[in-house]
Amino acid sequence: MSSTNDHHVAPVSLYLTIFGALMVGTILTVVVARFDLGPLNNIVMLTVACAKALLVVLYFMHVRWGTRLTWVVAGSGFFWLLILFSLTMADYMSRGWIAGTLR
Amino acid sequence: MSEGYPQAPTAGVPGHMAIHGAGNPHDGHSHPDHPKLQHHFDDMGQQAEASTLGMWVFLVTEIMFFGGLFMAYLLYRYRSPDGFAEASNHLNVIWGAINTIVLIVSSLTMALAVRAAQTSARPKVQVGWLIATMILGSAFLGVKVIEYADKFTHHLVPGPDFQWPGEYPAAAEMFYSLYFCMTGLHALHMIIGIGIMLVITAMAWRRQFDAAYYTPVEVAGLYWHFVDIVWIFLFPLLYLIGYHYGAH
Repeated sequence: MSSTNDHHVAPVSLYLTIFGALMVGTILTVVVARFDLGPLNNIVMLTVACAKALLVVLYFMHVRWGTRLTWVVAGSGFFWLLILFSLTMADYMSRGWIAGTLR
Repeated sequence: MSEGYPQAPTAGVPGHMAIHGAGNPHDGHSHPDHPKLQHHFDDMGQQAEASTLGMWVFLVTEIMFFGGLFMAYLLYRYRSPDGFAEASNHLNVIWGAINTIVLIVSSLTMALAVRAAQTSARPKVQVGWLIATMILGSAFLGVKVIEYADKFTHHLVPGPDFQWPGEYPAAAEMFYSLYFCMTGLHALHMIIGIGIMLVITAMAWRRQFDAAYYTPVEVAGLYWHFVDIVWIFLFPLLYLIGYHYGAH
């Protein structure tokens, strides 16, 4: 990090490609939601949403060209979110597994 | 890209931070300091990275802020999946999809605004992309006003006036509580985002940004894209989980 101009400038074409991918993902989510696929609905919906979020974080938010420290900090937010979801649901989903513990 | 800091002191530059503070351009660097360089940073790159990293730390707290609401959504939807699907079916997918597209386009214009600053484009170009971003953000909020008004008309605002003709009135009321909390908090972020963009636009108009210094645009962009990401998850989770039941 010595010069002032060492930040990566992405070409406009890359931004347009990412934009196109985000639009395709949006259309795909809406079309798939029209059909009743059981649990697959949620899986498709969340997979597409995560992929879209990843594209925004990596390219629009420049993490793709960021330092490792930025990667760790950005990743830690989503990691803590997973801890929040998994530990809380581990509690609620396991209630009543042992007789007499269901509140 | 980063050589990492702390940097080993160079032999020819003893105590160069103090010299930075004095604003001495002849302190061993081959070029004078950029006027935007604050004395406690070694160079513009380090300064920009510190700002970006600080914004990311803030965004992590924002992830947890919204995360609490997503946790509540997950739990109550787990408890009454059919009730949530029935309640979600009343939301207008067309408005939701239009708003999703509006926000994605606004993220593109935001990215291009940052790029315009990065490439030292004329202030008019930078300001143009920023204004486009603000117009799209306002369009999003306009659609949200139409949708909220519709919920008030149809007695879908949780409280004494809440009426639900379907099978799961309690789950529906919980769904609409979460709908208003999550989209309301998101809309508040949009309003703040547009306020930030107004400041950034004024700065861009005054020729504050070029390839050597564009950190405020970059950091404001991070915030804008984050708010877009929240909506990327809100749209399917709120609007689409009852879509397969057909039009209401």
